[in-house]
Amino acid sequence: MASTRNSFRTGPDDRGHFGIFGGRYVAETLMPLILELEEAYNAAKADPQFQGELKYLLTQYGGRPSPLYFAERLTRHLGGAKVYLKREELNHTGSHKINNVLGQVLLAKRMGKTRVIAETGAGQHGVATATACALFDIPCVVFMGAVDVDRQAPNVARMNMLGAEVRAVKAGSATLKDAMNEAMRDWVATCETTFYCIGTVAGPHPYPTMVRDFQCVIGDEVRKQMMEAEGRLPDTLVACIGGGSNAMGLFHPFLDDPTVRIVGVEAGGKGLESGEHAASLLGGRPGVLHGNLTYLLQDKEGQITEAHSISAGLDYPGIGPEHSWLKEQGRVEYVSATDEEALEAFQRLCKLEGIIPALESAHALAHVFKLAPTLAKDNLLVMNLSGRGDKDVPQVAQRLGMKV
Amino acid sequence: MSRIAKRFAALKADKRAGLVTYVTAGDPDPGLSYQILKGLPAAGADLIELGMPFTDPMADGPSIQLAGQRALKAGITVDATFDMVRRFRKETGDNETPILLMGYYNLVYQRGAERFCKEAAQAGIDGFILVDLPPEEADQLKPYAQAAGIDTVLLTAPTTDDKRLPAVLKYASGFVYFVSVLGITGTKSAPEEAVRTHVERIKRHTPLPVGVGFGIKTPDQAAAVARHADAAVVGSAIVDRVKAGLDDKGTPKPDLLPGVFAYVKALADGVRGVRKT
Repeated sequence: MASTRNSFRTGPDDRGHFGIFGGRYVAETLMPLILELEEAYNAAKADPQFQGELKYLLTQYGGRPSPLYFAERLTRHLGGAKVYLKREELNHTGSHKINNVLGQVLLAKRMGKTRVIAETGAGQHGVATATACALFDIPCVVFMGAVDVDRQAPNVARMNMLGAEVRAVKAGSATLKDAMNEAMRDWVATCETTFYCIGTVAGPHPYPTMVRDFQCVIGDEVRKQMMEAEGRLPDTLVACIGGGSNAMGLFHPFLDDPTVRIVGVEAGGKGLESGEHAASLLGGRPGVLHGNLTYLLQDKEGQITEAHSISAGLDYPGIGPEHSWLKEQGRVEYVSATDEEALEAFQRLCKLEGIIPALESAHALAHVFKLAPTLAKDNLLVMNLSGRGDKDVPQVAQRLGMKV
Repeated sequence: MSRIAKRFAALKADKRAGLVTYVTAGDPDPGLSYQILKGLPAAGADLIELGMPFTDPMADGPSIQLAGQRALKAGITVDATFDMVRRFRKETGDNETPILLMGYYNLVYQRGAERFCKEAAQAGIDGFILVDLPPEEADQLKPYAQAAGIDTVLLTAPTTDDKRLPAVLKYASGFVYFVSVLGITGTKSAPEEAVRTHVERIKRHTPLPVGVGFGIKTPDQAAAVARHADAAVVGSAIVDRVKAGLDDKGTPKPDLLPGVFAYVKALADGVRGVRKT
């Protein structure tokens, strides 16, 4: 049972529940396919050949392990904790998304699926999926909100170049949530041949677990790398959260280490009090959407409200169910950073470390700017630098009044 | 005996299949939506599905998505939906036509399953069809629905094989809703032969009546389904008639109600033209 307190790492139960969260809230048409996926995933997970192939791809193609970089100038500047950056932005395709996608597309191939679909917000998951599909020669369709197609134009071009078809979704708020609706609609019509490659630790069971497992390579590496660098475990972990996959990948391997303080940073948009944000855990309540029960931004009736964030990748009114459970268990602290704070952090990292972070990761960074100065100098803090900011250059430049 | 069971018994005695009509509650506005609901039985609807609009209707095609948006914009709420049914029972005196709520589970969950079931039953609602509540999660609703006397109509799909059917049927009551195509509402249509095969297969597992829906657009298609199933369910095509009754600005035209009812009558004629043995 997931609620046993001597471990936070045993969930979910066999129905995909983390406490009350998670589960499988999908149309009956999809249910048999989801059960089939669960079975196929469990078999693949236990198959040394699958694991070996994945490891080879992650290393030789994805560029793993990603460095755990001691950010010396940043540390000096902040004057507190010793700040390490987990350099997921150095992975092939520029973010942590490739870890999960290589696993899922390998699984799709193993299951004999002949088409892959994906939803994307910032386009990082879309680019990663398009990349893996090019590698495996599988047709790929990526659903992306029309608003995101505009604000993340470089990634749309990348997906097209990689041979994927990008479908702009105009319904609703025309962002990540609507892209996911449309992907699910496609899937229900094509499920016998199509593999739905979900980009985050959300959706119906087994997705939250499967994506988590594929992303745990981040935390597993950090554990080893920190032992090598400092001879002990980190004291503090910080990661940004939209659906929560980069955070879960970093956090999960440390959940049972009580000395490790873990902090997830949601997108505060224009501020929690403004109502215009994407902080489902801080500003929402439990409900059912996209196949799982989790914290959602919604009105009194249960209608889903629109999320707001400068970062397309965090602009989602829900969150992975395991995060909802970890919040209720009190194991992980969840905080938020606003658009302005993220923008400020974005610029400061560029100049202090010569690294252009993704706007998503800049939210985690904004919290590091607040937190690190309050911590002792021997506090080892790891921030997951989940993606690089090349895709955000046009948007940030425009916002700062720079010419591109 | 529930209204749904009684209605199917009556249809059987009549030697014909039933017509189940779906409309979205509050579309195009609460007032007209009530007029539509009120007029459906006379137009030939044997059972009525009332859709509860949801911001993220993942199983619905464009027609029902748009209908939901019109209704939400016009201010539909769960309470207003209950009130529509209450008023229908009171004003028309129709205590026989079953009314089922169709929609997504979050609206039920937010009110609390127990309270939702009680209030729905008090309003005169007979059944639920919750698209995203498969048998794997149905145990959180079923006891409350049962206690309130509300039928839970579960969906089966072409992907629901013989091995899985018993799990679905464990929670099903009223009738079994067969989703005849892989896909969302209002898009593809199933060939008659496929409908026949699946209905026969489902009937080997259950004595419950079988309704077939998704993609039925014409009286002929409704008649084809009626030859094999106990009921034909039509939704998107009716909702399209509501839309056709609106002008470019979304203002209702005088022919909206007659247009909807004439279409439902044509469907009903199609279904009623099929004599069952």
